[in-house]
Amino acid sequence: MIRVENLTKRYGSHYALNDISFEIGEGEIVGLLGPNGAGKSTTMNILTGYLSATAGNAYIGGVNVLDNPTEAKKKIGYLPEQPPLYPEMTVKEYLHFVYELKGCTLPREPHLAEIAEVVKIKDVENRLIAHLSKGYKQRVGIAAALVNAPPVLIFDEPTVGLDPQQIIEVRNLLRSLGKKHTIILSTHILPEVQAVCERIIVIHHGQIIANEKTEDITRAAETFDRFRVKICGPSSRDIRNALLSLPEVRQAEALPGRDADSFAFALECKRGTDVRKPLFRLCVEKDFTLIGVEPLGTDLEDIFVRLIENAAQKEAVGKKKRQR
Amino acid sequence: MLAIYKREMRSYFTTPLGYVFLGIFLAVSAAVFCFTTLFSMSSEVTGYFSTMMQCYIVLLPLLTMKLFSEEKKQKTEQLLLTAPVSTWGIVLGKFLAAYTVFASVTVFSSLYFLIVGIYGHVKVPLLFGNLLAVLLVGAALIGIGLFISSITENQLSAAIATMATLFALTFLSMLCQYIGFYPVRFVFESLSLFYRFQYFTQGIFDFAGLFYYLSIAAVFLFLTVRVFDRRRWK
Repeated sequence: MIRVENLTKRYGSHYALNDISFEIGEGEIVGLLGPNGAGKSTTMNILTGYLSATAGNAYIGGVNVLDNPTEAKKKIGYLPEQPPLYPEMTVKEYLHFVYELKGCTLPREPHLAEIAEVVKIKDVENRLIAHLSKGYKQRVGIAAALVNAPPVLIFDEPTVGLDPQQIIEVRNLLRSLGKKHTIILSTHILPEVQAVCERIIVIHHGQIIANEKTEDITRAAETFDRFRVKICGPSSRDIRNALLSLPEVRQAEALPGRDADSFAFALECKRGTDVRKPLFRLCVEKDFTLIGVEPLGTDLEDIFVRLIENAAQKEAVGKKKRQR
Repeated sequence: MLAIYKREMRSYFTTPLGYVFLGIFLAVSAAVFCFTTLFSMSSEVTGYFSTMMQCYIVLLPLLTMKLFSEEKKQKTEQLLLTAPVSTWGIVLGKFLAAYTVFASVTVFSSLYFLIVGIYGHVKVPLLFGNLLAVLLVGAALIGIGLFISSITENQLSAAIATMATLFALTFLSMLCQYIGFYPVRFVFESLSLFYRFQYFTQGIFDFAGLFYYLSIAAVFLFLTVRVFDRRRWK
């Protein structure tokens, strides 16, 4: 449904996108994940025909966005980061305007009524957009994207600035839309993609550093090389020395927040080892009481660090191979 | 294009802007009419129209200032530019909306001369010639205003920049009278939008003038389209 081939966008000497390629099948919900400034919005802006590309091609349902933008735009519903709303219009007027703007030929009243039903904005139909809350504005933006029933929906950070209740509602909405549409959404919030997307494309510095199923990426994130441990023992120093005596442990840092006689430490272990069993035996041996072990580092930053490290390693290996 | 035209027309009259424009325009034109016609006991039409044309410097920027700058500020231009419409469609829709408001109030205000017609003699060809002249000058000025609006981010700077530009153009036409050296005067005259309409005010249908104003408008609409395309391609 969406095919991106060697897309590059350059501003002067800065590469906003550097040779990215990916493909998204019909009915997939894909998350574009990356830190701010990674190139997510640039990718979306090129796909929607708002920006051009320096090199490469993008196809929406087989139509080249760069050669035939008008045709491609008909297949896309786009919600930019800030919903493009006219404050002086009512919700109803706005949707009618979008209907005409997109040259929609579906039966007007039932089509718009159905959309209003789906995104639950029936009750604010006759209110001025200027008077709506952020959550409603977001939904009106989504409604506008749905007009003309485009097969592809592109949402740029659809839940930013919403309260938790609204975030859940928008996510549910996205999931239900995913049954009929191909959806790309960008975000820098990991739980969001976990909750909604089937596949994640991670972009960093204008390059794709991962393009995998959601489960695979989150599984990769659950690693066992950083732990927070809580141990009861005579003194922080004794415990720390004992911990450092373990061959798996690279670093042990005392954490603040000691209660009664227990001490907390952040353990950094060598890659590929599991410290939990040796740790338990150590405590038995030294007569400490182990009262807590929890893995650290399942947040997005760590995934990024990991993925970026991997990407850098692969690059280095590739270079060596080429040198040979 | 039609959708944009309709939205723009509606927006003039759901915000105070349209009413403010119409109010000021009618007040100014009524005052000008009184001074040039009634008070001086004259049925002459050219005085009224050429004075009105000077007032356009202040009036027309009101119409054009928000056309694109406001879209940029509200981020709504993304909706327009990602919709299946051409950039020309967007630019033309907006231009025609501003022009419709301008042209209708201009035609309406020239009905003043009906009153003069009742009590005196109005030279009808001159009236139409003048009307055509202001409508053509208006098209060119709105084109300029639209272009300036597309390169500014807020209404106020668009309005001020447009007024300054229009003022400079008037200044140019005033300067023409004092330049003896023909080639320089010719260049200034060609650039000055307030100079080429004079045949019309004498009741002569001047094809060259017609093309002159229409092409000025077209050039600025083209430049506006380029502003958007350039942003896309930069």
